Amino acid sequence: MRVKEIASILDTELLTSPPDMDEIDIATACGSDMMSDVIAFVKERVALLTGLTNPQVVRTAELLDIRVIIFVRGKKPSAELISMARDQHIVLMSTHYSMFTACGRLYQAGITGDSGCRTE
Amino acid sequence: MKFEYTIPAMDFNAAGKASTDMKRRLTQLGLPLELIKRVAISMYEAEMNVAIHGQGGRAEVEITTECITARFVDHGPGIADIELAMQEGYSTASEEIRNMGFGAGMGLPNMKRNSDELLIESAPGAGTTVTMRFCLGRGAS
Repeated sequence: MRVKEIASILDTELLTSPPDMDEIDIATACGSDMMSDVIAFVKERVALLTGLTNPQVVRTAELLDIRVIIFVRGKKPSAELISMARDQHIVLMSTHYSMFTACGRLYQAGITGDSGCRTE
Repeated sequence: MKFEYTIPAMDFNAAGKASTDMKRRLTQLGLPLELIKRVAISMYEAEMNVAIHGQGGRAEVEITTECITARFVDHGPGIADIELAMQEGYSTASEEIRNMGFGAGMGLPNMKRNSDELLIESAPGAGTTVTMRFCLGRGAS
């Protein structure tokens, strides 16, 4: 799924838009405020939904090659964090939906979580 | 090639900088992506442990044509029961740390899963040294 479609489904505000944004293809998503779990379980082509807005969210994304971060519950990161994400070509978006609803809307639209997190 | 990083204690703005810097360097060197990811994930886990539990310390990374060796040395309280610390879900992180998104108790098991060799040297009061080796050509796990 393309970023624009995700943005439409979640009615997001786009905070960063890297030059290759239209080419990013998201297969699945991971919703968590626990970066420890994200590091341990996340797979490829993932969008990360989180309510955390500290620098570790962007560091986690950079280290795991996560290209899309969606802040739920209307959370907005600091200008510094936005700048960090911009430098790393990471798409930041903010949605007013709760974590549960945001995940549900994406799931309903075909982004299933089956391959988003490794559980073996 | 050798690199050394200082890891400050409990500094959430700085924590992760060593791992992200190393990931960029390995990417520039053109190493296989699966290897880079394993190193990046493992180093990040170790770096957060040094910052959160280890009262700060340092990381030393050596890159040869066959292997990458990352050693993390901290000045913390040490680990009394390494076997217990290796169990998934076991964590001594405070509520404050959990609110920052860490302390799920996945760190050491995740380092073991992503490295080819993991050596933990620790004793109460003596700090902890974690050494991880990553070899080229192991393939994705």
